[in-house]
Amino acid sequence: MYFVPGQPVTAVVQRIEIHKLRQGEHLILGFSIGGGIDQDPGQNPFSEDKTDKGIYVTRVTPGGPAEVADLRMGDKIMQVNGWDMTMVTHDQARKRLTKKNEKVVRLLVTRKSLEEAVKHSMTTYPKQ
Amino acid sequence: MDTESTYSGYSYYSGRSRGSHRHGERSRDRHKSRSKDSRSEKSVTINAPPAEPLLGDSSVRGEEVQDDNWGETTTAVTGTSEHSLSQEDIVRITKDLEDSVGIDCRRYFTLTLAVVLGLLVFLTPMAFLVLPHLLWPEKLQRCGTACEGLFISVAFKLLILLLAVWALFFRPPRAGLPRVFVFRALLAVLVLLFVVSYWLFYSVRILDSQDENYQGIVQYAVSLVDALLFIHYLAIVLLELRQLQPCFSVCVTRSTDGETRHYNLGQLSIQRAALAIVENYYRDFPIHNPALLTASKSRAAKHLAGLKVYNVDGPGNNAAAGLAHSQSRAMIAAAARRRDTSHNELYYEEAEHERRVRKRKARLVVAVEEAFTHIKRMQEDEQKKAPGDVMDPREAAQAIFPSMARALQKYLRTTKQQHCHSMESIQQHLAFCITNNMTPKAFLESYLTPGPTLQYSRERWLARQWTLISEASVTSGLKDGSVFLLKCIDFSLVVTAKKIPYIQMSEEYIDPKSHKFVLRLQSETSV
Repeated sequence: MYFVPGQPVTAVVQRIEIHKLRQGEHLILGFSIGGGIDQDPGQNPFSEDKTDKGIYVTRVTPGGPAEVADLRMGDKIMQVNGWDMTMVTHDQARKRLTKKNEKVVRLLVTRKSLEEAVKHSMTTYPKQ
Repeated sequence: MDTESTYSGYSYYSGRSRGSHRHGERSRDRHKSRSKDSRSEKSVTINAPPAEPLLGDSSVRGEEVQDDNWGETTTAVTGTSEHSLSQEDIVRITKDLEDSVGIDCRRYFTLTLAVVLGLLVFLTPMAFLVLPHLLWPEKLQRCGTACEGLFISVAFKLLILLLAVWALFFRPPRAGLPRVFVFRALLAVLVLLFVVSYWLFYSVRILDSQDENYQGIVQYAVSLVDALLFIHYLAIVLLELRQLQPCFSVCVTRSTDGETRHYNLGQLSIQRAALAIVENYYRDFPIHNPALLTASKSRAAKHLAGLKVYNVDGPGNNAAAGLAHSQSRAMIAAAARRRDTSHNELYYEEAEHERRVRKRKARLVVAVEEAFTHIKRMQEDEQKKAPGDVMDPREAAQAIFPSMARALQKYLRTTKQQHCHSMESIQQHLAFCITNNMTPKAFLESYLTPGPTLQYSRERWLARQWTLISEASVTSGLKDGSVFLLKCIDFSLVVTAKKIPYIQMSEEYIDPKSHKFVLRLQSETSV
């Protein structure tokens, strides 16, 4: 997702709603995140642009709530419950996802296949 | 042929235009043959230059009657002629050149000039001081204390000047340069003018008027000596100091095998730069070995040996330059097309040679190491050995030499170095190594790699007489991009000079406390 600094970021996003699962004392979502503005973006294996400091999904536990909600590994999380996740630190991202009083998180995620699907649909079906 | 004879009266150009349609037909034929030939890769297409008239000129008509068999009866010029020179002749000629009278004459001439000038310079202050006493002793004032103090200063300054001139100028000449050394000549002229002007003043104002003020005369002599010391300072700066700061970087390449070295020189004239380069040549360049160059020459001869050019168009082509041009182009095209396997031969030959050299080297190293184990230095407490067993280094070398001689000889033959070393020199080197407690490896090092020219004895040098070939005048200074050649009998050194760029250096201050580091984070948190 190439972005021009200073210009608004446009992306094709998918809405994903995850219901947290209670596991003992904690509410878990069932995935792991990586990235953040305080992290090293060059080591992110999922980003196309190696200067992208966004939050990416690095692992999805099989059978967890995230997998059920169709979250995939490599997704970039753009918003969590309306809060922006493109310019946050790693810890801030973690906090926004693990708020104790929220049972449901609504994510806006983007992935490469979404863009391609949209492009493909625009070319094969001419404008009607 | 008869139809063509009617055109003989026309000029060259009209003849060409008349025959142009026929030229077109001919070129069409050529096109056809060219397309056919391009399919078979072995044939060669020769495009003769279009400036040839089909109809012969009157000038060529005379040569029309050419005997096709003429090539069979001419004699070929081979490599040796009646004026062949052998290596000994060349060495003899160079020796003769060195002993030639002309160069010595010039050297003695400059030497006598220098001696005369030196004598003049040293005797002048003393003459200034002594002449009044000789010519008008009764009129002269007494020399007081200050005046006598000046005597001492004159004496010591003259002594210092004498030592300084001896240090700077009285050195054995290292070379004979083609042109006069400009700075030295200028300085000599300056000194001469200076002394002459002092003499003029002295003779007019003091001798003629017979001045009584002796102290003034002594001070005049002291000022002369001071000025001479300053001129000597100028001489040091011009002759010695000016060229110390490196200004040019010269690249020296040997023409026969491409050995290249780079040196930094200051602002010098071309002849002085050439001298510096030749002095460095003896130290840095490995010795010139003509035996290593024969391989490439034989390869070059083989490349064009298989091709011969026949002129099938007959004597109709009158443009001789066009003929030679088309011939050389034909040869180049043919050489490019034919299946040349000489690169294959070269590769395998070199691999084979490398293997052979390594094998011989291994045998040699083992033989030398074994030979060195047979002798050892006699300890002080072993005096009781019989005097027959005790040897000096030369005898020890002669004792162990035969066991390694054969291996060494074979190795030198394989690496084509056998003419650089004689038996005598090898034995001398062996004795030298034994005396100085060197290991076999140290002894062998001078035979395994070709060393600089100075390492070998004088008669192997082959390079004593140098000729400086330069487009610019040899007394002019080095400039950026100046090129000159130093030619010797067997090879030449090509020298190019480049200016060392102006270096702009800036500083950057780093606070020692500013060296701080953070970890590269890539944490993964599960939510």
